[in-house]
Amino acid sequence: MSAADVTATPTRRPFTGRRVRFGDVLLQLVAGAAALGATVLVGLIVWKLVDGSRLALSKYGLGFVTHVAWNPVAGHEVYGAGSFLFGTIVTSFFALLIATPVAIGIALFLTELAPRTIRAPVTALVETLAAVPSVLVGLWGILVLGPVLRTDVEPWLHSALGWIPLFGPPSSSGASVFTAIVVLAIMILPIVSSISRELFLGVPPELKEGALALGTTRWEMVRGVVLPYSRGGVAAALILGLGRAMGEAIAVTQVIGGGVFIHWNLFSTGDTLGSKIASSYQGASTQLQAASLIYLGLVLLVLSLAANVAAQVIVRRVARKHGVTRGGHA
Amino acid sequence: MSAHGLSGPRVRLDRLPRRRRVNATMEALAWLAAAIGVGILGVMVWSIASKGWSALNLDLLTKPPIPFSLTNAPQGLSNAFAGTLVIVALATAMALPVGILVAVYLNEFAPPSIRSSVGLVIDVLAGVPAIVVGIFVFVLLVVGSGQSAIKGAFALAILMLPFVARTTMEVLALVPNSLREASLGLGVAHWRTTLSIVLPRAAGGIVTGTVLAVARVAGETAPLLFTSSIAGTQTSWNPTHALQTIPVAIFELSESPDPKDHARAWAAGFILLLFILLASLTARWLSARRTRI
Repeated sequence: MSAADVTATPTRRPFTGRRVRFGDVLLQLVAGAAALGATVLVGLIVWKLVDGSRLALSKYGLGFVTHVAWNPVAGHEVYGAGSFLFGTIVTSFFALLIATPVAIGIALFLTELAPRTIRAPVTALVETLAAVPSVLVGLWGILVLGPVLRTDVEPWLHSALGWIPLFGPPSSSGASVFTAIVVLAIMILPIVSSISRELFLGVPPELKEGALALGTTRWEMVRGVVLPYSRGGVAAALILGLGRAMGEAIAVTQVIGGGVFIHWNLFSTGDTLGSKIASSYQGASTQLQAASLIYLGLVLLVLSLAANVAAQVIVRRVARKHGVTRGGHA
Repeated sequence: MSAHGLSGPRVRLDRLPRRRRVNATMEALAWLAAAIGVGILGVMVWSIASKGWSALNLDLLTKPPIPFSLTNAPQGLSNAFAGTLVIVALATAMALPVGILVAVYLNEFAPPSIRSSVGLVIDVLAGVPAIVVGIFVFVLLVVGSGQSAIKGAFALAILMLPFVARTTMEVLALVPNSLREASLGLGVAHWRTTLSIVLPRAAGGIVTGTVLAVARVAGETAPLLFTSSIAGTQTSWNPTHALQTIPVAIFELSESPDPKDHARAWAAGFILLLFILLASLTARWLSARRTRI
């Protein structure tokens, strides 16, 4: 219909409220079904993991989560998630500990320090790091990084800080919990830094300029304005990074070496929830073992869902407080 | 100011040289952090490129692997390249329409309360670890009936879905409301407005998002381990069988003690990385061109 039609017959039909159009209803139904499907999918994932681990769930109950055991030998079969849960927590915690200062440093560099000409390329390069597939990070980790850590870094840390139980005798191959920590730190670095960068960009310039005008140095301005203003968002970014580190399976499987024990020596081998599942992909020998592996997946799902929901809730609360969405405008 | 708890650090104004030194140290540390970030990428890409380039040959693309080979007969990963093409294409075909529909519903139809709660669900879905998605599809589809490329593609599609939905929502939000109002004001139905005014306007951004999503799942290993990994060595395009893929092949080869296997892993990894970097660059270029217009 052209514009002329509309002006020619302005009151062709008296307006009697909203007309129900078949097309509207159809599109809304189809699109609504897709949205409903996505919602149901999350529930289905939880339900199917509970369903699949039922055998282990009824045999071990919640004690499975902390029990340190994994023995598939017939007759002595016993399973528990304890050592893998420990490995997951240790690797993701230390990875976050290493990645946090570097990631925040990068974000501050990009928002406050970098000359205009290198700002865009460095941002793009750091974000490219996130695009490298985990299997390639793992391949690099085991064939390039691992040997370097074993021959150079681990002996040095052991001789300097050997009195701390964390830095025990260096690993015999390049595979160790420490290699996994470094690999995970590299993988979460771009996530934390790119979210932090967006948050720092969202700090109102008048606050920053006000601080500088009062005579603070750039660092004092960052410490007094930028960091406190974006505190909540950075916390959410760190929790997201932690969730990502806990959920990463492939790269960790390639570099961590395996083993069922709890120890504090970072230079020894270990396993995480994700790496235990991934390294068992060629099949379980019994129903109970399969159910126990799925139970490991369930524990991992609960951990990462908790981290994600916490981060999303913080993000939404911060966004509401500052009246911006998704950390401001880039 | 106090609303944000900005009490500020206590600054001793009388100690200017010290404050300048602290500032210089911190600035140097920030430069160092940026150098570390870029340096890690450089070292990693350099390793993959140099080791991959020297191991690269045409056999990799055209010849299948030979299991337990003790000879030096040329072998490649043609089965994995075919499998990755099939599985990624299928996953995109599954995730793209659903992801766009979810975004259309949330952005064009849903009331604000549903929009924010389903939006949260989409973000939560994006946070489910890839290995857990693999286990989920294993329990849902593989147990009892075996692996197949379609099931692997379904697992990848679950990873793609929130990504496509989120990027499409962002693009739809950029479509000016005046366009919708003009169309509705002319008496065009809501569905017609959405399909022929709003979506065409957002098409460029959706293409960019899709390219990024494809680049991301093409390198995913974890969802395929339990859904399409126990595959033959012959090159096959049949999606009802389990097919080998490049990421899974690299994963298996990296666990091998044989340096010849490592060489093939580097070469396949180089091609995979090249594809992913090219796709991200294309997406970046597309979106830069779009914002300039």
